[in-house]
Amino acid sequence: MRSAPVTAYDLKLALPLAGFFALFFVAPLLILILVSFYTDTSLTQFGLAQYARFLLDPFSLSVLVSTLWLGVKVTLLCLLLGFPLAWTFVRSPRLAQGVLMLIIVLPLLTSVVVRTFAWIVILGRQGIVNNLLLSLGLADTPLRLLYTDGGVVVALAQVQMPLMVLPLITALSRIDPNLRDASSALGAGAWRSFVKVILPLTLPGIMAGCLLTFAAAITAFITQSLVGGGQMLFMPMYLYQQSSTLSNWPFAAAISIIFLVAVLGAVTLFNLLGRLSRGYAQG
Amino acid sequence: MTESLTTQSLLLDRITHRYGSSLAVDDVTLDITGGELVALLGPSGCGKTTLLRIIAGFINQGEGSVIIGGKAIDHLPPHRRTIGIVFQNYALFPHMTVADNVAYGLAARGTDRATQSARVGEMLDLVKLSAMADRYPRQLSGGQQQRIALARALAVRPSILLLDEPFAALDKNLRLDMQIEIKRIQRMAGTTTIIVTHDQEEALSMADRVAVLSHGRLEQFAAATEVYDKPQSYFVNTFVGASNVLTGKLMDVNGMEGTVSLPGGGQWQGQLVGALNRGAMVRICIRPEHLAFSADADALPGKIEIGLPLGATIVHEVRLTGGASLKVAGPRAMGALALPPGSDIAVKPAISGAVRIYPEI
Repeated sequence: MRSAPVTAYDLKLALPLAGFFALFFVAPLLILILVSFYTDTSLTQFGLAQYARFLLDPFSLSVLVSTLWLGVKVTLLCLLLGFPLAWTFVRSPRLAQGVLMLIIVLPLLTSVVVRTFAWIVILGRQGIVNNLLLSLGLADTPLRLLYTDGGVVVALAQVQMPLMVLPLITALSRIDPNLRDASSALGAGAWRSFVKVILPLTLPGIMAGCLLTFAAAITAFITQSLVGGGQMLFMPMYLYQQSSTLSNWPFAAAISIIFLVAVLGAVTLFNLLGRLSRGYAQG
Repeated sequence: MTESLTTQSLLLDRITHRYGSSLAVDDVTLDITGGELVALLGPSGCGKTTLLRIIAGFINQGEGSVIIGGKAIDHLPPHRRTIGIVFQNYALFPHMTVADNVAYGLAARGTDRATQSARVGEMLDLVKLSAMADRYPRQLSGGQQQRIALARALAVRPSILLLDEPFAALDKNLRLDMQIEIKRIQRMAGTTTIIVTHDQEEALSMADRVAVLSHGRLEQFAAATEVYDKPQSYFVNTFVGASNVLTGKLMDVNGMEGTVSLPGGGQWQGQLVGALNRGAMVRICIRPEHLAFSADADALPGKIEIGLPLGATIVHEVRLTGGASLKVAGPRAMGALALPPGSDIAVKPAISGAVRIYPEI
C-alpha cells in the first residue's frame, strides 16, 4: 500500500515550475527584502530606518494589530457558521449535497468586487437590513452598518466561507460513520460523541480551514477597503498608500516584510496550539 | 475471572421494517434465551443487518417490539440501551489508545477512574492484550483490533452483544482462531450474543442456534445441526451446506413421506416439507455426503464426469443417464484414488430420510 517516495520521480520534470517560482516569487521577494533595507526613498543608503520607523510608531503598530485581530474575528465567525454548514452537508442525501455544494462554492465563482458591492447594498443606510429593521419597528433611524468593524467582519466571513467549509467537509466525510454509532452504543450522548470523537478527528480540517480563512481575511484588500471605508485602515491598504500614493517604496517594502513575519508567527503559534491540543500523532 | 453473569433474554416480537416501499424485515419473531449465541444467517440484503441496527437502536422499526429481559426498549435511544456492538471494521477510535478505547463506555457512564482502570485491565486480560494498552489502534493487527473492539463492547457489561460480520475482514487462518477466541470469551462473559453473518460455516460452527433469513423473512430458527439436517425450506436447504437439486413428480404420499419419480427413470423416497399433493411437480434436495454408489436395483445409473480427492473426503461429479448431474461425497480411505472419468456407476441415497421434497416454485 506504500506509494513510491516523491523523490523517486525525475526531478528534472519539476524544473519548469521551479524556474517559474524562482523568477516570479523568490526573485521579487528578495528584491522586496533588499528594498526594505534602504533608508531613503531614492534608494541610496542602506540601514534599518524603515523597520525602526514602523516598530516605534504606535499608529503603524495599531494597524498591524487591528489587521491580525480582524483575521482572528473573521476566522472565528467562519468556523462558527461553517461547521454547522459542513455538518449539514455531510449528513445530507446526495441530491441535496449537489445543491449545497453549489451554494458553498458560489462565492468562489463570483468576482470579489461583485460580492463586496453586494454587501454595500445589504449594509448601506438604505440597504436591505436597515429597511427591514425600520419596517419592523426595531429601529427608529437607519443603523450604521457599513464602514464598521462588524460590517467588515461579516462581509469577509461570507467572502472567505468556502475556504473554511471545504476543508471541514473533507475532514468530516473522512470520519467513519460507524465511529458515531460505536460511541452512542457505548453510552455516549450526542454531545459527548461530538466532543470526544467527531471534534478531535475533524481537527486537521479545522486547522486547514482556519489557516486559509485567516490568511485570506487579513490580505483581502478590496473587501477591507470598500466595506471598511476610509476610516478603517488595515495592512494591505496601508501598504498600498505608502507605495502607490506616497511612492515610499522602502517603507512599503518594510511593511510587507513585517506583515509577512507577523503572519508567519501567528500561523506557527496556531499550528503549535493545534498540535498540543491534538495530542496524538497523525499516522 | 469474576464476571457477573448478567445474562438477559432477547425477544424480537413481530418486527417489520420498510425502507421506502421495500420490505427489509418482514414479520420476524425471535425468542433468544439469556446467554445464548445466535447467528443471523443470510445472503446480503436479507435483512440481517437491518435487524441488528434495530436491536442497537440505530433504526426505529416500523412495527414490532424489541424486548430485553422482559422489558420493551423501543423508546430508548442507542446510548441508553446497554448493547455492545463489534462492527465489521471494528470502528475503534483512531485518536485514542487501546486503554482509552476500552474505557470509553465506562467514562460515558460516569464510572470513576479507579474502577475504569481496573475494569480496563480486566477486559484486556480477557482478550489477552494487556501488553497493548498504550498502543494506538493502527499499530495493531486486524485480529488484535477485533479483540480490542470486543473488549470495548464488553467493558460496560452489555445485556446483549452484537457482532456484525465479525470475521469478514480476517484471513482464513486467523478467522478460525478468532472464532474459537470469541466463543471462549462469550462463554466466560455469559453475554447473550448475536452474530450477523453471510458465512454459513461461521454460523454453524459458532452458534447455539441459527436464524436463517431470506428477503426479510425468517426461514428457520433452530440448532445449527437441525438447520443442516432438517432444513425447513428449499432456500435453507440450498443456502446452508451443499445440495444436489433434482426435479421430479410426486407419485405417492404417505404421511410426511413421499415417493418421487425422477426424469431419468427410478424412484426415491423422501421427506415432504410442507403440504404437497400427489401428482405435483417437486424439487428434491440431497446433500452430496448422503449419496453413495450402489449396485441395488433402485440406484440411478450414470457415468463419472470427474473425481476430486480432497484429502479427507472424495467428491465425484456424476452425470446421470437421465441428464441431471449430481455430486457424491464420501470419506476417502487411505491410498484411495478417485474413480476414472467415464466409469459406469449407479447412485442412491445412503441414508433414509436424507432426501427432502419441496414444492416447485
